[in-house]
Amino acid sequence: MTTAPALRNAEPRVPYNLLIVGAGPAGLAAAEAAVLRGARVALIERDLLGGTCLNKGCIPSKTIISTSRLYREMRDAEQFGGQVPSGIVVDFPSVMERVRRIRARIGERVSAESLAAMGVDLYFGEATFIGRDRASVGKTVLRFKKALIATGARPVRPSIPGLEEAGYLTYENVFDLTECPKRLLVIGGGPVGCELAQAFARLGSTVTLAQADPMFLGNEERDAAQLLSDALARDGIDIHLDTRTTRVRIEGNDKVVDLVREDVTRTVAVDRILVGVGTAPKVDGLGLEHAGVAYDSVKGIPVDDFLRTTNPRIFAAGDVCTANKFPHIESVAAHIVVANALFLGRQRLSAEAVPWCTFTDPEIAHVGMYVTEARQKNIPVKTFTIMMHEVDRAITDGEEEGFVKLHVREGTGKILGATVVARHAGDLINEISLAMTAGLDLHVLARVNQPYPTQSQAIKMAADAYVQSRRSAGRSWLMTKWLSW
Amino acid sequence: MLDDELLDRLQRGAFEYFVEETNPANGLVADTSRKDSPASIAVVGLALSAYPVAVERGWVSREDAAARTLVTLRFFESSAQSALPDATGQHGFYYHFLSMESGKRVWQCELSPIDTTLLLAGILTGSEYFSHPTSAEAEIRALARELYGRIEWDWARNGKATVAQGWKPECGFLNYGWQGYNEAALLYVLGLASPTHPLPRASYAAWTATYQWERIYGCDLLYAGPLFIHQFSHAWIDFRRIQDSFMREKDSDYFENSRRAVDVQREYARRDPNEYGTYGKDCWGFSAGDGPGLGTVRVRGRARRFFEYTARGVPYGPDDGTIAPAATLASLPFASALVLSAMRRFLELYPEWAETWRLPSGFNRTAPGADPRGWISEGSYGLDQGIAVLMIENYRSGLIWKLMRNCSPIRAGLTRAGFEGGWL
Repeated sequence: MTTAPALRNAEPRVPYNLLIVGAGPAGLAAAEAAVLRGARVALIERDLLGGTCLNKGCIPSKTIISTSRLYREMRDAEQFGGQVPSGIVVDFPSVMERVRRIRARIGERVSAESLAAMGVDLYFGEATFIGRDRASVGKTVLRFKKALIATGARPVRPSIPGLEEAGYLTYENVFDLTECPKRLLVIGGGPVGCELAQAFARLGSTVTLAQADPMFLGNEERDAAQLLSDALARDGIDIHLDTRTTRVRIEGNDKVVDLVREDVTRTVAVDRILVGVGTAPKVDGLGLEHAGVAYDSVKGIPVDDFLRTTNPRIFAAGDVCTANKFPHIESVAAHIVVANALFLGRQRLSAEAVPWCTFTDPEIAHVGMYVTEARQKNIPVKTFTIMMHEVDRAITDGEEEGFVKLHVREGTGKILGATVVARHAGDLINEISLAMTAGLDLHVLARVNQPYPTQSQAIKMAADAYVQSRRSAGRSWLMTKWLSW
Repeated sequence: MLDDELLDRLQRGAFEYFVEETNPANGLVADTSRKDSPASIAVVGLALSAYPVAVERGWVSREDAAARTLVTLRFFESSAQSALPDATGQHGFYYHFLSMESGKRVWQCELSPIDTTLLLAGILTGSEYFSHPTSAEAEIRALARELYGRIEWDWARNGKATVAQGWKPECGFLNYGWQGYNEAALLYVLGLASPTHPLPRASYAAWTATYQWERIYGCDLLYAGPLFIHQFSHAWIDFRRIQDSFMREKDSDYFENSRRAVDVQREYARRDPNEYGTYGKDCWGFSAGDGPGLGTVRVRGRARRFFEYTARGVPYGPDDGTIAPAATLASLPFASALVLSAMRRFLELYPEWAETWRLPSGFNRTAPGADPRGWISEGSYGLDQGIAVLMIENYRSGLIWKLMRNCSPIRAGLTRAGFEGGWL
């Protein structure tokens, strides 16, 4: 976590080539990219450098997830021919101390001093647009040629009767816990809800997970959601899909919650409630109307494929405008903005192969199109699937759950998209992203030599399956004839 | 024992379920043979389809079968169709589970388009088979037309592109979030052909829009995990060599697809990724069915989770070690040699099944149970027995397929869904 309240704001240089509102992943990436190209950059932040990802999102959650995996592995030792250690005790304060330590360590890379040293003019305070080419921070007026809004998003506060009174956690404060809740209700089966439900279950909480949709991770493939649902159940999570949370009340020390599926109400008593039902863009108080920037308090700031807002001087990137709220997508968007805003670029966000990952166990990663999207565009699509239980290294590691699915334009080797469900799906997807970015087809992936045994062989096996399928009967006959003499 | 003799015994054993578990006063058939089981409208549909088989096999007389059919159709024609929560149905559809005696809704269950479809398929089968100019058979045909005509298929879309999975008076339309291939082909075919409240053609395209054509274990197929999805519409529709636009694009058909599904199931069983050690080339059959329902239990040092009744599927799961032998049997028309081989293996493992020749809903040789061979589902399920009777008959004589090839709603619905070729 890093902030610099003692630092004096920079003296304005006018006009800035790029004024950035928000020092999260998108703002920081844009600032660095722009200043390295010689631009005059102003960066305005009202809270913490690093944004949600560093301070309240990815970094703390991945840290706690890694500890929770360790506990799961200890309990599963027998499956590996080992002995379950006696007296497994979760020292929750130590777990959270590790979260804070790692957050601080990574946060050191993003300091006010380092930004200043880089040449970024940093301003702490509330940014407000006061015209189409100027904004204010306190009493300081900053003029700009181009601007980037990267203010991010905040957790949605669901309107459930009694929830506010009972109190609840979100990703913004769950990592401030000092005790592991004995009984935890997680509302929301998106990435945040699933990741943290599993982590807390493995750390000893009795977890109930309620999701309004009939499947977890609403946008992901059915088969991925099915595997995740099974995995969460194996961790002992009490799963309630297609279930609405309708009421919360306090009874003694308990938070008592009504969960309704169809016409059946089930009541659970818990110690804590964690809400992960999505995010809302931070657009309030920015004076966007003065800048001619259209916005919606639910959907955020509309942008075109070049990430331009309705004011062509002003761009937006990250959670404040995009649907897929992952930090690396913000970073990709930031680089597009720098190119398009400052260097007459014509880069499109839709041209990028941007993978994402939900860090449950198994992880669920995706890049490119889903089959349904392809079919909606009348693109004939075929999927080459390799189950992880077909992969030798996954078997040796006891990590057989999951699959690699490569979606290909039928009759060609062109990769349209891919979904990977595996213990390390977030790493495996990168090879496919590289292939898509470089325009490599499955013939090339099938030729890639890999050390044996590795889990990434699943990708080569899927590519091999494609090559095999392309061998027509005629060619097989030809090969047989050739080899017959 | 010769194959045909084996199949004859299995088919007769399965049919006897309907003799034993039917209320002769209203034709309703119990969902399971367990005490106090309500009727399932889907099982009634299978029973109605099984009666012509029984006539042709000489197990019941034509008059007896017609009388059974007529009692059933008269019950549905006169049953309460209203907004009352204990009515038998509404909008022409029926509630999934009914009281065996009164025929009223039980268990606060859903008004079910898919189960109404299976009931209707049975009604139409009877209508096609009982074609003689007797008063009883003429009444069967008239009632079938009436019952079909009053189903408001388009209402069941709830204004959306595809048909909802159910409706309850207490909470309205249900949303199970179905994606991909499922057992609803027959529903869309009959809904598209409705003379009174048809589904729009676009609904079929919307239903197939989430299909995935996958290569799994070297097989190209339209994937669905549980076997029953590859079987239920096939009990009535002969999908050999007829193609909709999706299958034309893939140069395949749904019959061939069901055969490939068997290959995937057997390959999964061979691999046995969860290391149950109880599967094999002749021990497969992952589908919807009863289960041990033990929750999480440690077995031989490993935590195992055993489900109750659920739709098991492979390779994505869930797989708790449970085999549904009736689902294996119902793949007979697609892969007869493999199915017969599996049946002989099952009877080696459980020779007592030959006492009644009726397969249980499931067995699980990993789950601890009263039997030293593991858990075995108690009694029998009507869906299992019905699909066994029909699929064995389709394999042996093609009787149901032949009847339904002449069924004008089936022909019209298939045509409106874009099917061409073969017998169409």
